[in-house]
Amino acid sequence: MEHRTSRDYALWSIAILLVVVLALIPVLWLISISLKPPEELTDQRFIPQSVSFDNYKSLFEGGIDDSPFIKPLINSIGIALITTVISIVLASFAAYAIARLEFPGKRLILAGALAIAMFPPISTVGPLFDMWRALGLYDTWLGLIIPYLTFSLPLAIYVLVAFFREIPWELEQAAQVDGATPFQAFTKVIVPLAAPGVFTAAILVFIFCWNDFLFAISLTSSDASRTVPAALAFFTGESSFTAPTGSIAAAAVVVTVPIIVFVLIFQRRIVAGLTAGAVKG
Amino acid sequence: MSEIVLDGVTKTFADGFEAVKDMDLDIQDGEFMILVGPSGCGKSTALRMIAGLEDISSGEVKIGGETVNDRSPKDRDIAMVFQNYALYPHMTVRENMGFALKLAGADKSEIDEKVEEAARTLDLEQHLDRRPANLSGGQRQRVAMGRAIVRDPKAFLMDEPLSNLDAKLRVQMRTEVARLQSKLETTTVYVTHDQTEAMTLGDRVAVMRAGALQQVGTPAELYDNPVNLFVAGFIGSPAMNFMPGEISGGKLKLPIGEVDLGDLDVKGDGKDGQVVAGLRPENLEDVEVIGDLKEERGITFEAEIDLVESLGSDLYAYFHIESEGVQSDQLADIVEESLDETGAGEIREGHEQIVARLDPTSKVKRRETAQLWADTSKLHLFDPENGESLTSGSKKDSSSTPPA
Repeated sequence: MEHRTSRDYALWSIAILLVVVLALIPVLWLISISLKPPEELTDQRFIPQSVSFDNYKSLFEGGIDDSPFIKPLINSIGIALITTVISIVLASFAAYAIARLEFPGKRLILAGALAIAMFPPISTVGPLFDMWRALGLYDTWLGLIIPYLTFSLPLAIYVLVAFFREIPWELEQAAQVDGATPFQAFTKVIVPLAAPGVFTAAILVFIFCWNDFLFAISLTSSDASRTVPAALAFFTGESSFTAPTGSIAAAAVVVTVPIIVFVLIFQRRIVAGLTAGAVKG
Repeated sequence: MSEIVLDGVTKTFADGFEAVKDMDLDIQDGEFMILVGPSGCGKSTALRMIAGLEDISSGEVKIGGETVNDRSPKDRDIAMVFQNYALYPHMTVRENMGFALKLAGADKSEIDEKVEEAARTLDLEQHLDRRPANLSGGQRQRVAMGRAIVRDPKAFLMDEPLSNLDAKLRVQMRTEVARLQSKLETTTVYVTHDQTEAMTLGDRVAVMRAGALQQVGTPAELYDNPVNLFVAGFIGSPAMNFMPGEISGGKLKLPIGEVDLGDLDVKGDGKDGQVVAGLRPENLEDVEVIGDLKEERGITFEAEIDLVESLGSDLYAYFHIESEGVQSDQLADIVEESLDETGAGEIREGHEQIVARLDPTSKVKRRETAQLWADTSKLHLFDPENGESLTSGSKKDSSSTPPA
């Protein structure tokens, strides 16, 4: 047995290492490109010969009005955060009801959520484009927040329903017997236990909005609402003959950083199993 | 004063199922009352109605003389111990135990004092700053008890609090619960499906079946004078043996012999007809061991022993008797729910297994024919139609049949 476990351990280590390497090499490459001066971009070296931060500087040059990057970054952060907050609040209410109550139409809601989540977004883009122009929502924050909500709510509801179902019902009753009002039972017992699930759902929704390219490119036309993934497509080089590869790489690194920070901050929160120890032995 | 009174309490669920039917129960101040019955008999629903976690369909629940039907759990001043403990996983043991006091607005020094006192009682002092996830099953169980006792409530409600513990720990905690209750003298309602727990813990025991209260009494009363077949079969381990009997002309004919009805005080003067006869395992004995007593009362018969189990202090001998079988809904319930647990044999048509609890010095052997003696003065007779006892209430020397 000893022999087998150590061999398993070794095989797992190799597998994990392989996955990590495969996932990290493109990121490292991106960082490498972003640090190279324009003339070395195509030197095919993994480690840059000389390090320059010009690409990063060019992103923020010219202040808020002239920089091609600052406005989209603000748009991205704003739209993703607003969508996440609205989505999580609505999804929490819906998921709590679905997990805890018996009511007619419960299955329909879940089935509907699943259907929407599986619906190809591309097929909605055309109609949305026309509708948004007619309604004056084209190229506004709201014009992006609404479709993001549509596609992130089912995801959030699914994650939260699964999570709320794991919380033992008795805890709420125990709190009530201990003298808590239903509201106190919810805020002092259920919410702290649901927090990891809520954070998990929030991160998923945030990343979904942050990464979206399809709606961002289709439903925006200016820096008024264009998000970073769409703005990257409009980057220009220093002259009409240089490719904007360096600044795109730098921008990609900059937009990856918030996601990593986000996940690192909430990683401890996401760890499941906070409910362990509530019940049984 | 904190007696609990249930007056005609009924619980009907939305689908029309009656979980508790017209239940009347008076629980005295400071009494340890056990609700016992097979699963699905409504005992937990009854407890949850007292707690206020379940609406009362009709009837009245009074705690300390006040009707509490429309009060929410928090206004009933009761504490509950749940089957799975329901500890708050995000709080330490100290916070778990002090949660109710904190909600009640007690100041911190008072909470600390009470929590520490309860922790001393329950031997949890060194665990106060740990979280439930890091505790063993027995420790979690004690925290759940601690959460109840720090509040000094009018009543403790316990819903199968020991059923998640392993056998050894369960026996240990059982005595601890009993000691705690007698020390605190708080009215306690305790739900269990385990008749051993019921018999050993309770001041009084209420036996339930299919939502209806069957009998309420001290453990000895239930054991010696069960009012019907269900109580007779449910209480006691190994369970009471049942066999068919026929009364004719003042005589009771049993598969093991004939008994003069004059020895028994039978209701309805023992009119002719079929009956179900019940005899507890300890009322059967090896003739070799019993000596002279067999001349005074009882009958002797021969049986081929199928199996002998020696427990050191006792010897269980299993044998079969041929008969047309005993049929009764109440018995069917017992067979389904509790025979596995009590270890008694199955009741099948025409092939009944009887278990005898013999003196350990007995020399009976497997696959050999043994001479056995049955103490017929301890016979219980039941109406096969409605299962009601025909002998209950008769004068019997209860001291000679102590609870198992």
